[in-house]
Amino acid sequence: MKAGSNLEKMFAAGHFAVTGELGPPRGADAGHIHEKAKYLKGIVESVNVTDCQTAVVRMASMAVCRLLLDMGIEPNLQMVCRDRNRLAIQADLLGASALGIKNVLCLSGDHQKFGDHPQAKNVFDIDSMQLIATCKKMRDEGKLINDHECEGIPKFFIGAAVNPFADPFDFRVTRLKKKIDAGVDFLQTQCIYNMEKFRTYIQQANDLGLTEKCYIMAGITPLKSVGMARYMQKFVPGLDVPEDYITRLKGVDKKKQGDEGIKIAIEQIQEMKEMKGISGAHVMAIEWEERVEEIVSGAGLLPRPDVS
Amino acid sequence: MVVAERKPIEEILDMIKEFDKVLLTGCKGCVTVCNAGGEKEVGILASALKIARKKEGREIEIDEITLERQCDPEYIDQLEDPISKNNYDAVLSMACSVGPQYIAKRFDTVLVYPMLNTSFIGGSLEHGVWAEFCQACGSCAIHNFGGLCPIARCAKSLMNGPCGGSSGGKCEISPETDCVWHLIYERMSRLGQLDKLGNVVMFKDWTTSRDGGPRKIVREDLKQ
Repeated sequence: MKAGSNLEKMFAAGHFAVTGELGPPRGADAGHIHEKAKYLKGIVESVNVTDCQTAVVRMASMAVCRLLLDMGIEPNLQMVCRDRNRLAIQADLLGASALGIKNVLCLSGDHQKFGDHPQAKNVFDIDSMQLIATCKKMRDEGKLINDHECEGIPKFFIGAAVNPFADPFDFRVTRLKKKIDAGVDFLQTQCIYNMEKFRTYIQQANDLGLTEKCYIMAGITPLKSVGMARYMQKFVPGLDVPEDYITRLKGVDKKKQGDEGIKIAIEQIQEMKEMKGISGAHVMAIEWEERVEEIVSGAGLLPRPDVS
Repeated sequence: MVVAERKPIEEILDMIKEFDKVLLTGCKGCVTVCNAGGEKEVGILASALKIARKKEGREIEIDEITLERQCDPEYIDQLEDPISKNNYDAVLSMACSVGPQYIAKRFDTVLVYPMLNTSFIGGSLEHGVWAEFCQACGSCAIHNFGGLCPIARCAKSLMNGPCGGSSGGKCEISPETDCVWHLIYERMSRLGQLDKLGNVVMFKDWTTSRDGGPRKIVREDLKQ
């Protein structure tokens, strides 16, 4: 075991793993975390805690991770390179380990242009690839970037994100390989809607033997409405929402569109369970945590296996 | 070259609202090439300011001079004569921000105002359009990226891009902005160097960049 997290154990035992996601509040209310997280407890192995996602100031990911641990929920600490240089990143990683956080997700971070402080100066001292390498070096060599030996070695199960739908498509599997080379243990994909393109992508990864070198989790975000689907299709760069899902949502009563979105998510996970090279699903129910149980259950993944 | 653009006229008028007589100085270097602060632009700005002030009922006297360069002490010396002979309220510089700093350094008690916003190190794409190409990181490695710079031209300065926001060759921050990583990919593909892009590029040493503090180059062979 590299870190001995639930998530790592679930993969190691050969189970199809499930992770969830939680966006911290834009304020200091810990009650908000308890309210949202209770829907995920026992339903997923671990919960990603986003790090000022879309460059909007929110409660610190690390603090929320600790609050989750106190609730008996395993967190995945998301960490972006936008707001921290290599000093702060390594300091935070050491602190996260000391707080009992075992899973880290290494990301570049959304550009601040999209956020609530577009006037901010960004950092990007290192990128997500180098952040993965930093975590690995700390864990496997017990050393910081500058080769200084850590007093107390942080043990992380190292994750990152991949987007099969961004361009250029032909480079996407190379980038996946680079993340494996940098030291990643598991990968979560961007929200998948274009299943055909995703199958091609995973086929390429399978052909190169990459899916045997790390655990890949399929990113699933249930569509709440036609409006949400259209927004993601038109305005979120690197997302690919094919017209047939939108047609399907349009085909039901407006009040039932959410239910149809849940059905689609369940079907997607069911297909992912059978897909060679896919080791789990990452369910990102954006501001819809209360429906995660329905999705996981519907996909035949409850109760979760006990690997403790 | 250093690419700059003139500040909005309103901002300039506000800067000089208390003044009755100023010296407006241009520069024949980069800012002439990028049509921001050469002799022609000095003339245009002087006229615009005079007209605006006349409208306000408080006329302003503006002398014009355009130096060979404002980033060289020997040319700044040419301001000695006009400044000593005239009682200017202030000197306005249409050079990049090096110019007003050189004037301030040379003339201890003279008020100096920048007329331009110094934007970036770049070049022209077409007439009237300029773009950023270099961030002066102090250790050029563009040969590893097909001759294109990801530090200056990727919104996140990614060394291992393109990120997940690259879409149709454009950057996620704006449909007007090319994704430089897409361009790097295409060029290295044409060069038959895609295998090079498969290697993880490790940490950049930023000591040669601004992060190492204000920089200076000393050429012992040229120093007197």
